[in-house]
Amino acid sequence: MNLPISLTVNGVRRNIELADPRVTLLDLLRERLQLTGTKKGCDRGQCGACTVLVNGRRINSCMALAVSHDGADVTTIEGVARGNELHPVQAAFVAHDGLQCGFCTPGQIMSAIGLINEGQAGDDPERVREGMSGNLCRCGAYAGITDAVLDAQQSLVQKSLAQKSLAQSDQRRTA
Amino acid sequence: MKTFDYVRPTSISDAIAAAAAPGAAYLAAGTNLLDLMKGGVIGPKRLVDVTRLPGLDLIERLPDGGVRIGALVRNADLAHDPGFAKSYPAIAEALLSGASAQLRNAATVGGNLLQRTRCAYFYDVASACNKRKPGAGCDARDGENRLHAVLGWSEACIATHPSDFCVPLVALDAVVEIEGRTGGREVALEAFHCLPGDTPERESLLEPGDLIVALRLPGEARRFSAHARYLKVRERTSYAFAVASAAAALRIEGGTIREARLALGGVAAKPWRARPAEEILAGSRPDPAVFRDAANAALGDAKPSGDNRFKIELMRRIIVRTLTSAAAGTPQRIPALPASPFSSVSGALHDA
Repeated sequence: MNLPISLTVNGVRRNIELADPRVTLLDLLRERLQLTGTKKGCDRGQCGACTVLVNGRRINSCMALAVSHDGADVTTIEGVARGNELHPVQAAFVAHDGLQCGFCTPGQIMSAIGLINEGQAGDDPERVREGMSGNLCRCGAYAGITDAVLDAQQSLVQKSLAQKSLAQSDQRRTA
Repeated sequence: MKTFDYVRPTSISDAIAAAAAPGAAYLAAGTNLLDLMKGGVIGPKRLVDVTRLPGLDLIERLPDGGVRIGALVRNADLAHDPGFAKSYPAIAEALLSGASAQLRNAATVGGNLLQRTRCAYFYDVASACNKRKPGAGCDARDGENRLHAVLGWSEACIATHPSDFCVPLVALDAVVEIEGRTGGREVALEAFHCLPGDTPERESLLEPGDLIVALRLPGEARRFSAHARYLKVRERTSYAFAVASAAAALRIEGGTIREARLALGGVAAKPWRARPAEEILAGSRPDPAVFRDAANAALGDAKPSGDNRFKIELMRRIIVRTLTSAAAGTPQRIPALPASPFSSVSGALHDA
């Protein structure tokens, strides 16, 4: 069976022929597109190491059939930095020691970006912990991870407020 | 994983025709299906991908004040729909207490109804399981069965239904809309799942090709929104299935319960509506003695299926706690730890 699909991965359109319908989105990213930042931990939707954004929402890529995601927009850990400038969530994980061995970190960061986009947790540490409970860290870096997510959330909120006030002052200038 | 044919129909009638063939299964998000396929628990010959079927991802208000939820609505989208969460807070809380954020973003409401038991002997293909292989026997009976059923089980099967979402749904009279080879029909969710009896492999009323297209909640179910809770005891605080759970919804007027709904999770092969308890609650004042009577009535037929006698008393206490919480009023916002009986304040008393 030949199954042609098209995905946008980190902003780049990719046309892929799948020879086998069993390929998960995770295996496609790692084995076909060589995007090995996304990790395979349990491969059963339990650990969160494979978290990516699909159409802006965090999901477990191990539990997603690639063929069923034909046409999707996928963001992986390779797609979040701008050149040498880390994404604010990446920078916060570095600043707060939100990792030890680093294996779960790409999934943690993608999950945190998803969590902040969802806008449900705000600056409540308990809601952040609950919202991140789908990402396991066997090193136990949870305290640093929670601090990193809270810090990144705050800096992203401030950034968006600053952009908003800039846009407003631009409006005033043009008015 | 065994290989399979993959088809992606674009109409409901094509989907039904494709899925009516022996060995076919519907695929939505696949969060449970792929897990089962990877473990060799099931091996469908054909997957019928329903994710592109039109019109199944809507949350629609109905003229009677009720709501119709398309089968492909994602769990997270339903839980965070402001209008829905305000009208049916216990359902939103149950949804948010299940799985992880990643899984809730993918998993669909139709798939939630059809998820399989998490009985370890069902998952372990080296174990005997009447559900997986009819007539094979049940290794859970003499195995690790402290989490198994205490209501409605049979000698053939003691597995439980794992859903949180279904528990408040069944309490609030949800209806399942089904399309099949002979047209459309609807079934009360309470009657949708089967008890095991001698045929534990038959888990619902669905026939080959049948497709869940929507769930409906009646307008009357909104009357409970001021006093509705879902509570769930887990073996860890988050991202775990229920050991036992309860959904309680009360309509309280002038200090008296006018109408009550109660359903239990984690204790039977289906979400368990506790009607004898509802009868005791209706017309009573919301106080601990009445709640305890209701809990006793709800568990009247309970019996251990193994090393799980504790679940009967645990379930009673969860019922009392859920009724107490519901009577106190639905919180303005779903708590930080949805459905948790434990305080989210570090170091506080568990019932603070």
